[in-house]
Amino acid sequence: MLIKFTGGTVYDPMNGVNGEVRDIYAKDGRIVAAPQPGTKIDAEYSLSGRVVMAGAIDPHSHIGGGKVTIGRMLLPEDHMGHEVARTDLTRSGCGHAVPSTMTTGYRYAEMGYTAAFEPAMLPANARQAHLEMGDTPMIDKGAFVMLGNDDFFLRSLAEKKDFSFIKDYIAWTMHASQALAVKIVNPGGISAFKFNQRQMDLDEKHVHYGFTPREIILTLARGLKELGVPHPIHIHGCNLGTPGSLHSTLATIRGSEGLPIHLTHIQFHSYGTEGDMKFSSGAPQIAELVNQYKNVSIDIGQIMFGQTCTASGDSMRQYGNTKSANPKKWVVMDIECDNGCGVVPMKYRDKSYVNALQWAIGLELFLLVNDPWRIFLTTDHPNGAPFYYYPHLIRLLMDRTFRNEMLEKLHPQAQAATILKSLDREYSLYEIAIMTRAGPAKSLGLRDRGHLGTGAIADITVYADDTDREAMFKTPLFVFKAGEQIVRNGRVVKVVSGATHVARPEYDRAIEKPLREYFDRYHTVKLDNFRLSDQEIVESNCGHTGGECGCVIVQPCGPRI
Amino acid sequence: MTNWTQAKGPGDSPKSNAITDVACPFCGLVCDDLEMARDETGLKVTKNGCEKAVAGFERNVNGAKPQIEGRDVDLETAMRAATDLIGASKLPLYGGLGTDVDGIRAVMALADKTGGVVDHALSEGQYRNFRVLQTRGWVMSTLTEARNRADVFIIVGSDLHKLHPRFFERIVNVETSLLTEQPAKRTVVFIGKGLDQSAVKGPRIGNIITLPCELNRVGEIIAALAAEVRGAPIGGDNVAGVPIADVRALAELCQKAAYPVFAWAPPSLAFDNADLVVSMVSDLVKDLNVKGRAAGLALGGNEGAISAGAVSSWQSGYPLRMSFASGKPDYDALRYAIPNMLATGQGDLLVWIASFSPDLGPPATKIPSIVFGTPGLKLAQTPSVYIPIGTPGADHGGRIIRVDNVVSLPLRNLGRSSLPSAANLLGAIELAL
Repeated sequence: MLIKFTGGTVYDPMNGVNGEVRDIYAKDGRIVAAPQPGTKIDAEYSLSGRVVMAGAIDPHSHIGGGKVTIGRMLLPEDHMGHEVARTDLTRSGCGHAVPSTMTTGYRYAEMGYTAAFEPAMLPANARQAHLEMGDTPMIDKGAFVMLGNDDFFLRSLAEKKDFSFIKDYIAWTMHASQALAVKIVNPGGISAFKFNQRQMDLDEKHVHYGFTPREIILTLARGLKELGVPHPIHIHGCNLGTPGSLHSTLATIRGSEGLPIHLTHIQFHSYGTEGDMKFSSGAPQIAELVNQYKNVSIDIGQIMFGQTCTASGDSMRQYGNTKSANPKKWVVMDIECDNGCGVVPMKYRDKSYVNALQWAIGLELFLLVNDPWRIFLTTDHPNGAPFYYYPHLIRLLMDRTFRNEMLEKLHPQAQAATILKSLDREYSLYEIAIMTRAGPAKSLGLRDRGHLGTGAIADITVYADDTDREAMFKTPLFVFKAGEQIVRNGRVVKVVSGATHVARPEYDRAIEKPLREYFDRYHTVKLDNFRLSDQEIVESNCGHTGGECGCVIVQPCGPRI
Repeated sequence: MTNWTQAKGPGDSPKSNAITDVACPFCGLVCDDLEMARDETGLKVTKNGCEKAVAGFERNVNGAKPQIEGRDVDLETAMRAATDLIGASKLPLYGGLGTDVDGIRAVMALADKTGGVVDHALSEGQYRNFRVLQTRGWVMSTLTEARNRADVFIIVGSDLHKLHPRFFERIVNVETSLLTEQPAKRTVVFIGKGLDQSAVKGPRIGNIITLPCELNRVGEIIAALAAEVRGAPIGGDNVAGVPIADVRALAELCQKAAYPVFAWAPPSLAFDNADLVVSMVSDLVKDLNVKGRAAGLALGGNEGAISAGAVSSWQSGYPLRMSFASGKPDYDALRYAIPNMLATGQGDLLVWIASFSPDLGPPATKIPSIVFGTPGLKLAQTPSVYIPIGTPGADHGGRIIRVDNVVSLPLRNLGRSSLPSAANLLGAIELAL
């Protein structure tokens, strides 16, 4: 099946294409070079005047796993009135702060996204995370497994195990849990909270194991680099959401020793303590340092106003945030000598000084960081806002007048405390394409995703070139997944399953001996039952959504050092 | 660039006679250290089996035939009859739901398509927890965390040993702890009289303390305990027949402990408004966390109840007791409780799924019923259609979510029989409609 996409205005940053009118061809799900003249074209789409990009990729969205479902269970009142009816094609569901799985898949696709990655998969909860992602149709998925708060890792550091042992353990966990990358959340802090430690700054020691977050971060950063895993250590740093968190973020960047690191939802870690309210923006200092340190990439975790639900592995900091819970109910868990979680509903209000400034801090960061290849567009769904606010966020970035109009509605002291109004920058379509496609694909090591060059998977989104960028990005004209049309005029027209992306760095199988002993001695699950097979993931895409079976795609790692 | 690797785990048929690391689906703990042997006569649990595991795995399930109105028919005929009944139903009630994750997925898909109601047979107990989650929230632990970390276990009005025969062996009386080479003995406190303490023995067990109130009065003890912890003790010299000094001593114990774990099993709290007890325990645990650490550990979750609640929540937003009749998930935990609906003449077809214990039989009802049941399932009356199904983890593979709502385990096909899975049968009906 040879498809021609004729005459669209193409934004494909990976291949340096910036708004050029081009023809694109796809055959059997992949983009191919222009065929010989006279070759039969099976289908043609005339895209003159339309904007063509690769399918968008969300590198950080909590779409699958226990804490997301705790959030769903916690907030029935938030679902009510937001139920979604079934159609001949699609399943029913619900969708506001924490949409149901199928609704999540449909909405992502209807917004032009063809992949989203769960950033906080607990090893102990990996099977369920993949089950939930298996019930999220339309898009490709993958997950970052959480390490560094688990007792095996911390004990290994305490016992001063050889660094190759640590690397074997990281790699083994990625294999066993079917992960694409590794995340560290409040390094050591989740574990420390179990010992009643309530705070842990970058150089503060864990009360039991005696390490600092700095040591844990560097171990994992170096480990992943030496394992050749494409995505660097994905860091949810110390002091989430606390005034003054800016300083540990700056120190984390300065202390990165040139190792590649990704700082996630950095907005929540960019707060100062200046001013009457003892809460101020640290965005300028952080952006300045990010601009300077080329080994650092970030995503924002932009907040938007309204009801949402925060769901994090960071039990220590989320326990602290429970005082802001709205409505007043929340869940904190200590999990399996492995990790933790904290689920706290949150209602961000534009008339709240703190919330308004959080909004402004996120936008300041977007506008002050000058390299779009190292900054990704996220709301840390659902923590800052549900993912379907992205079109609104894109308009805020592309349209200064609109942005300033929104700013004027906020708490007056917050307006005075942000430099946002002085920032003239407006993102271009090319930069948006970098931030939502090429950048995440490159960072995650998805070589055949996020671009439109020959050999890429034909995940393609076509938009009307509407000056209202929110309307444009909200309702794509067409979305193609592997060359198949799945969305037309912002509505699902075909349900597909989407694949699961994993990375499998090399490791020495000898690691299983001490691990097996550890599981037998301390755990309530056997090592072989802990491990998740490919077959389980493939079967998870069970076909009940009407789609085809998803598969497991192993993204290549570099050589192990 | 698709990479497929060899299947391991679920779906694999065992090659040899000795089968190790078997996960047991017959209670919410899902112990996965069982050993089995298989011969022509069936399965034999050779190691780490409790009475529930032995009864569940070693039961003879051979010879069961599909039936229509009590007459044996072949599977195809029974499936056609079931499909016709479901297709003609205006409000099918999907109950029982004793199945694994894939079974529940199939139920949800079918209920969505046919505008039905979904509710698990053990929802009444589960809702003692769900209501608290939906209104207050809590601080919770999980099995491995409690096993390694807890220094005091407080058992709240629940006969844990009866529900989970290996709980004390696997979680409380364990010789090792991650945190220290020489773990201290643990204190076990029972709130409520007559709870089976026979398994609370062994080298890790220290003091066993009992506050012997009537089981339906545990809430009074918890309230007094919470009042002590909050520094506003109640007056009088006893509460629910227990000396107030004992309650005060327990409050001190909880406040001094490094990680007290409050365990309860909602199905055991079988008295009116028991959700308020769960709520009080949860609030007490929250209060203890202001200065120190403490956690809850909710148990129960037998008959695949945890999987049903979780899958329903991630697919629809709501933990069961919901109707798809309007085309959307319509949630009402009172209105869509299937026992209430049957009692008030709502629904025109009962579709009952029970693949684990033969005790999870459907209630008697005037409306037609289709039963997908494990052979030997106790039936109150002859159903319109009966189709024998396999047990996930014995007759076919599957996955199940454990009671702590975190860990899920692969269930192996042990080749006990060739009975079909609920997931496959319900999936086939969905496709045929």
